[in-house]
Amino acid sequence: MNDRHDDEKVPGRRRFLECMAWAGAGAVWMMKGGVAHAGALGASNAAADATFRFVQISDSHVGFHLPPNPDPVATLRETIARINAQPQRPDFIVHTGDLTHLSRPEQFDTVKQVLSEAKVDQVFFIPGEHDVIGDNGKAYFARFGAGVSGSGWHSFDHHGVHFIALVNVLNLQAGGLGFLGTEQLAWLKQDVAGLSASTPIVVFAHMPMWSLYPQWGWGTQDAAQALDLLKRFGSVTVLNGHIHQIQQTVEGKVTFYTARSTAYPQPAPGQGPAPGPLKDLPPSQLRKHIGLREVRHVRGLQAIAVTDTALA
Amino acid sequence: MFKRSVLFMALALPLMANAASVGASKYQVEIRNFHFVPERVSVPVGAQVTWTNRDEEPHIVVSTGNQFPSSPALDTGDHYQTTFSKPGTYTYFCSIHPQMVATIIVK
Repeated sequence: MNDRHDDEKVPGRRRFLECMAWAGAGAVWMMKGGVAHAGALGASNAAADATFRFVQISDSHVGFHLPPNPDPVATLRETIARINAQPQRPDFIVHTGDLTHLSRPEQFDTVKQVLSEAKVDQVFFIPGEHDVIGDNGKAYFARFGAGVSGSGWHSFDHHGVHFIALVNVLNLQAGGLGFLGTEQLAWLKQDVAGLSASTPIVVFAHMPMWSLYPQWGWGTQDAAQALDLLKRFGSVTVLNGHIHQIQQTVEGKVTFYTARSTAYPQPAPGQGPAPGPLKDLPPSQLRKHIGLREVRHVRGLQAIAVTDTALA
Repeated sequence: MFKRSVLFMALALPLMANAASVGASKYQVEIRNFHFVPERVSVPVGAQVTWTNRDEEPHIVVSTGNQFPSSPALDTGDHYQTTFSKPGTYTYFCSIHPQMVATIIVK
């Protein structure tokens, strides 16, 4: 497990968290005031006591056609079927970007059609860098941009939790990383200004909001300014995609989780010459590395519990 | 990671020197493992440069400062060509993987 991380400087607790996370579908995460408690799936009271639940999916890459997954539409459809088969319906689904591989209109239309099969009231979207190629997101926003402000960022409240959807894939600069920009940061400052510090905050973004592995572009260059605006809150949970694997860390009262893809895994940070699809993965192994994430909120504890489930 | 990159470049450069001299004024840049290879190319005025994406990931060729037209999204195996008619230093990057930065020097 440890060899999958560039973790020479990682404190012991973070390593513990990451190792537990790699145990995969069996782990449930309870968050309270930034302190993580791990438990086996099914042993936690979080499931029974949840005030609401939602599902995060990410990185569907519709239009990708190579090993290890020549048919990402099929695995996206399997993921939706898995969500529909859950005994309790999630309140909503959030897709944290890279819906498509190449931002082509027919790819967006396919995603929209497959996600319409989900038995939920609402699906929220944020774009990944693969969704804004060549047109600064015009085709994406035409289909998935309803109700958003600025260049796609938005927020909403649900059962006392404040959700913030950030866009960190536009106007990327040569030599840089993910980017939020001054306009979005100004909006964020205003967005949270009236909230009490006890309001649980959940942030969605595509690219990691911490310096996960900048050598591969896995970070957001002005994330620190966003997190500074959130530091007064007692519970902040950041959910992102982009790197097609589960990674997490805790910094102060902020907990960061990256999600699996519904299409294909990428290498662990620094393992190999570059990021990209793990093309040598045998077909029989693919579904062990892709899937969905369920997130439960427990009102009394102000806790967020995260469960990652692979398709196989 | 860094050591691997250096090794890769050391192996790749002699090959690329051959590839880059196909025809008098045609030059090739490969996109491989999230790098433009070679990352720095000197060409004469009027040279045509062709980029070929060898990654499973799509990439885009975008000039910083908009000095030459951007490519469309290059899927695996796709090519993009442009001709450099004025001397200068042309820095470009992949606008979806902005850590990928490279330079064409036109003399």
